[in-house]
Amino acid sequence: MLTNRSIAVTKKEMTLIERLYIPAILHGLRITVRHLFKKKVTIKYPESRREFAKVYRGQHVLKRDEIGAERCTACGLCAVACPAEAITMTAGERKKGEEKLYREEKYATTYEINMLRCIFCGLCEDACPKEAIFLTDRITPSTFNRGEQIYGKDKLVEPIGKPIDISARQTKEVIEFKKNAAYAHNKVYNG
Amino acid sequence: MVPFIVYKLILVIVVFSVSLVVAMYSTYAERKVAAFMQDRLGPNRAGPFGILQPVADGVKMFMKEEIIPDVSNKWLFVLGPCIAMMTALMTGVVIPWGSSLVIKGQSYPLQITDINIGILYLLGVVSIGVYGIMIGGWASNNKYSLLGAIRASSQMISYELAMGFSIIALVMHTGTLSLREISAMQTGWHWNIFYQPLGFLIFIICAFAETNRAPFDLPECESELIGGYHTEFSSMKLGFYLFAEYINMFISSAVISTLYFGGYHMPFIGRFIHEGNWLTLLGIVFLFAKISFFIFFFMWVRWTIPRFRYDQLMHLGWRILIPLSLLNIAITGVVMYLTGRIV
Repeated sequence: MLTNRSIAVTKKEMTLIERLYIPAILHGLRITVRHLFKKKVTIKYPESRREFAKVYRGQHVLKRDEIGAERCTACGLCAVACPAEAITMTAGERKKGEEKLYREEKYATTYEINMLRCIFCGLCEDACPKEAIFLTDRITPSTFNRGEQIYGKDKLVEPIGKPIDISARQTKEVIEFKKNAAYAHNKVYNG
Repeated sequence: MVPFIVYKLILVIVVFSVSLVVAMYSTYAERKVAAFMQDRLGPNRAGPFGILQPVADGVKMFMKEEIIPDVSNKWLFVLGPCIAMMTALMTGVVIPWGSSLVIKGQSYPLQITDINIGILYLLGVVSIGVYGIMIGGWASNNKYSLLGAIRASSQMISYELAMGFSIIALVMHTGTLSLREISAMQTGWHWNIFYQPLGFLIFIICAFAETNRAPFDLPECESELIGGYHTEFSSMKLGFYLFAEYINMFISSAVISTLYFGGYHMPFIGRFIHEGNWLTLLGIVFLFAKISFFIFFFMWVRWTIPRFRYDQLMHLGWRILIPLSLLNIAITGVVMYLTGRIV
């Protein structure tokens, strides 16, 4: 009786009309037939997509810089930050003549994210000091076997000349934070 | 002049294929109606508006692995779905799909056979249909199947009584057991529903129970009995059971339209069209319009009323519908006596 909303249960005898059930059935039929003409809530997925939140966290992308060199330096901070331990990589040293391919002297020869383990929390993105990894609004498609769910560099690194837009992911607060002098080694990136 | 046997053969093949096609598209319609009543879209990938979905389903059914349980009675296991399908298809032969086409002075009634005890034939074939379910359920050697089969047989036997009684009142009114004569006498607005409203109500409730449709789908009862009598069936044998249900639904709708809703008659149409053959063809269209409505009604009710509990089902059948149908017979008799149709 705390809320004063409790209703005493009574076992009321049904009247003859109620016991016939026919008015109740007709009422039910009226309700269902009305739904026949209501607006449908289904979104036909591949043709039309539900509007995503600006900060939606979907499939990762490994960014390139202005000249098309990979930003990732294989520091492993994302792998450390990852709570699901989905990220593995091996580091390699940049050779002479590969300056156009890799931005730093050290780079990731392999970089794999296990999409079956990934929980799309975005901590890798937060951890990255090189603005290399971002989550995008792309959905990881389902596959027929587990192997295909381990995404290597072929699927993760953005194609040259066709940068994947992640400007929506960089909210005003993030950009403001990155202007901090302590992080001056890392330019604000808007590509 | 077309020989008798050719004309009948054409009619048989047409009715057979129409039953199958209607049943096929009933599955599509069922899914669409269900979806629309739940504010969804339903199947819409196979062909425009998903119109090829039944074909895809059929292919799927044929491609599935066919499993016959090791402990089952194999011969009866195969026999079950065959009987279900056969009896479902057999009922179509006595239904008058239209009046007669006159070609070169020769009259061709659009009915496979006009046996003078058409209604009795219908009831007889429908009650054989119980064997399909019972044999299939028993031969599976599975407790769920057996329970489903027992439920099905007791339900169908119980409701056949009330159905028979409601038809007796109708037969008292029409004075004939031939479906052709019954539909021929319902010209204009003289539909039997206006003379036998209570009988119609009892009949349609029993028709729902006989076809194992919701709210009387206790034999299947997905949530309690997995799939009831067809739990162990796979591939096209399962397809036969499901298909038989839809054919039964189609035939029930046809019987309801013929017995109570004037069959191929439509009031006032005679005022506009006088040419006999056109009238006959239009009659077929009207009959199918009525049938379509009742098939829709079956689906409409399915998504409206929840399933009965088993004791409620038996209570409704034995203690409400049977006394009501007996009362209906008595009332019909009294009214006929008072109006001087019997002395």
